[in-house]
Amino acid sequence: MATVRLEFTPEPAHVRTARLVGVAVARRAGVPDDQLDEVRLAIGEACARAVARHQRVGLRDVVAVAFSDGDRYLVQVWDHAGDDAPIADEEQITVDVSASLLQAIVKDLQVRPLDDGPGTEVQMAWQVRRASRLGR
Amino acid sequence: MELSLATRVVAMHTVLEVGGEVDVYTAPKLRERIAELLDSGVTGVVVDLAKVEFMDSTGLGVLVGGLRKARAAGATFGVVCARESLLKIFRITALDQVLPLYPSVDAATAS
Repeated sequence: MATVRLEFTPEPAHVRTARLVGVAVARRAGVPDDQLDEVRLAIGEACARAVARHQRVGLRDVVAVAFSDGDRYLVQVWDHAGDDAPIADEEQITVDVSASLLQAIVKDLQVRPLDDGPGTEVQMAWQVRRASRLGR
Repeated sequence: MELSLATRVVAMHTVLEVGGEVDVYTAPKLRERIAELLDSGVTGVVVDLAKVEFMDSTGLGVLVGGLRKARAAGATFGVVCARESLLKIFRITALDQVLPLYPSVDAATAS
């Protein structure tokens, strides 16, 4: 398995960078072309979720993302924000829509709390159609 | 690609042409422009997504917020979208049942 890791300060501007990197790694890992739009959207949603969680509590720690290939293409996004911050009404729409999108477009999706402190991990996986070229 | 915004008037409607990517970074600019238009007293806003290459949940949230603000202001609000990749996310989130969607500016301004 080969992995590309990315860390960024919780700023919305960096979410696009994560999308671009994630899709580039997905293409090279062998995710079918007709699924790349969904991969791009899902990575953006997961990273935007992490940024929003950090910003809601004023946390400047980095958001971490790992793109890994192997039998499948695996994306993991880690935030370190607690769940006790209030969400404004208008933002709640985006939170709900984002959750709906992720659940609909990612068949293999897990969202779980971190074992070692506040925060969550979003894990998403896609099938690949051929042997990976990462790391070669 | 960065967000681009341009307005024109068609049949008494203010058409806001949006291009590029509408995401967590750029969506606040779209929200601000829609609010400016409605605050200026226009009677109808049509958001044309024909040149939008990517939109995430933040962009969808801005459109829902625009609809609510338009209704509160007594203005009409429509969204033009014919691109299948965008229509798909409207359907997934059931926002195609909430937002007035049109296949063209002509269809939106004729309503």
